[in-house]
Amino acid sequence: MKRKSVLKQVTGAVISASLIFGAQAIKAEDVNVGFVYVGPIGDHGWTYRHDEGRKAVEEALGVKTSFVESVAEGADAERVIRTLATNGNNLIFTTSFGYMNPTLKVAKQFPNVKFEHATGYKRADNVSTYSARFYEGRAILGTIAGHMSKNGVVGYIASFPIPEVVRGINAFTIAMRKVNPEAIIKVVWVNSWYDPGKEGDAAKALIDQGADIITQHTDSPAPLQVAEQRGVYAFGQASDMSAFAPKAQLTAIIDDWNPYYIARVKAAMEGNWASTDTWDGLKEGMVAMAPYGDVVPADVRAAADSVKASIIDGSFHPFQGPVNNQAGENVVKTGDVLDDGALLGMDWYVEGVQGQLPN
Amino acid sequence: MGVSPSGALYAFFIQPLTSLYGWAELGVKATPLVLIGIALSIGFRAGVWNIGAEGQLTLGAICGGGVALLFYEVDSVFVLPLMIIAGMLGGMFWAAIPAFLRVRFNANEILTSLMLTYVATLLLSLLVHGPWRDPDGFNFPESRIFSDSATLPTILQGTRLHLGALFALGGVLLTWVLMARTIIGFQVGVIGQAPAAGKYAGFSINQIIWFTLLLGGAFAGLSGLIEVAGPIGQLLPSISPGYGFTAIIVAFVGRLHPVGVLFAGLLLALSYLGGETAQITMNLPLAVTGVFQGLLLFFLLACDVLIGYRLQIKQTKTTATQGVSS
Repeated sequence: MKRKSVLKQVTGAVISASLIFGAQAIKAEDVNVGFVYVGPIGDHGWTYRHDEGRKAVEEALGVKTSFVESVAEGADAERVIRTLATNGNNLIFTTSFGYMNPTLKVAKQFPNVKFEHATGYKRADNVSTYSARFYEGRAILGTIAGHMSKNGVVGYIASFPIPEVVRGINAFTIAMRKVNPEAIIKVVWVNSWYDPGKEGDAAKALIDQGADIITQHTDSPAPLQVAEQRGVYAFGQASDMSAFAPKAQLTAIIDDWNPYYIARVKAAMEGNWASTDTWDGLKEGMVAMAPYGDVVPADVRAAADSVKASIIDGSFHPFQGPVNNQAGENVVKTGDVLDDGALLGMDWYVEGVQGQLPN
Repeated sequence: MGVSPSGALYAFFIQPLTSLYGWAELGVKATPLVLIGIALSIGFRAGVWNIGAEGQLTLGAICGGGVALLFYEVDSVFVLPLMIIAGMLGGMFWAAIPAFLRVRFNANEILTSLMLTYVATLLLSLLVHGPWRDPDGFNFPESRIFSDSATLPTILQGTRLHLGALFALGGVLLTWVLMARTIIGFQVGVIGQAPAAGKYAGFSINQIIWFTLLLGGAFAGLSGLIEVAGPIGQLLPSISPGYGFTAIIVAFVGRLHPVGVLFAGLLLALSYLGGETAQITMNLPLAVTGVFQGLLLFFLLACDVLIGYRLQIKQTKTTATQGVSS
């Protein structure tokens, strides 16, 4: 597993400190792991996958874990994180962007507790961040959509106009237009990570506007259920959702936090945990793909597989030039690749996305 | 569920309060519930159904938070009072719309105030996604973190208990005096129970509608400002996990009496805190917490009815029977 150490000196200091104390390896029962979830563990999406990771940690390492689900991103988060810390949890994963500032506040009060915050950008000596390169999976979805869409219109159900989501829309669009240069993407913002009612309505509206494939950056399987009813295709989000839409799901992006969680808890047990920033993708297995649906023909599977293989071996990058913005101006030259900094702050649409980015 | 009942009850009601920090958190959680609850209870007594406190709270946060962002990094003692005034005015403005529509066009305030809640939420979302977004925040929808002069001071070292909790206590005292010792409080009670009698006595129903809605708006706006200037410290796309709606329950559990609302607010806040500790220490799912809260409220209100009926038979203390009719 690759780890980019952003705070090199800090990491070094912590590692040297852990070398000194490393001799007295911490026993398994000394590490208790806490998780804070933004949704219910039964959402079959984001939170569900994090909880699978928690169970994997328990099974693999035999440590005690606890969690709090459906914690609102606001005044409540700080109390929940602090309560976990005071109840003997010394490694705490906070699994939503909105927990960033509360996590840092609590981390300051508990220097001996280690924190890991998903999808954020602020770190400290005892706060790591981690996220996955979901855009790599989106490029595969886009490739399949380019082949499978008859009228070249895809409906995209998006949560919040943050770089993470915009990056996914762009990666999908670029890959789709490589196959079908006329394809367009229609985006509906539901301003929620998990709202089955709104997500389902958005799917209906997009299908009524001519979309014959639905994809989503929200966590519930509701859009897939709508797609199944209306006889169009869709992609699962965060976990394999084929149980909800056996005919409609072409494939799904699967978040696989298990190896990361196990590695980090193990590091804490062995006393060599250090603050890092992790951003892993298909190669490391943090992003995985669900099996293809029965309707996906062999040539499309082959095309998707080759995109996947080229991303893994590094010969292809989803944001490899030429890339044009919405106005048709070239922003990434042929042969160039957008760097991580540009990806992390992405606030513009590529050519082929309809509508204006709300900002 | 495979856990001992006494253990669960301990985790629910005792464990959150075993430390000073726990008590402080109880105060933090109860502050907005109590503040809105007392203001709503006055409206409910007068038969003015302000269901949109959540929206008034949001507007209070927008206006107060807007002042904080306007005076970003201005170090002055006047920033915070200005924010408080702006927050209250914001809430009052939002409540004035249903009041005007009710008085002028007889539009049902339940519908108008409720619908304005969604408008307020969208307005906040528009602002934090757009002009008030943190310029150093990678486009994430949140404002800058308020500077120190725009943050409510904590009144208990090492906890999050802030000045707002004192506002809530002051609010309880104020409304109690208002209802028990002033003409307008008397008018509210009369018009709520017998509008015709109130009219005959020369009380203006319209005046009461304006008064109760504006009061509710001011308190809700104040609690919205307290949330953003206190525990949150910045503007987010959603700042309240439904305090404006929970406060309706608080008002009724507190039987529309300011002191009752104070205890009801504390009780409901405790059930939230207890739900979290039950999840952490007992591995109880969140749904059990919801069922638990529901049962708690159901039995409380059932008791309320029984107490009310007995009092009715004896024909004493008319204020208590009114809890049954409403």
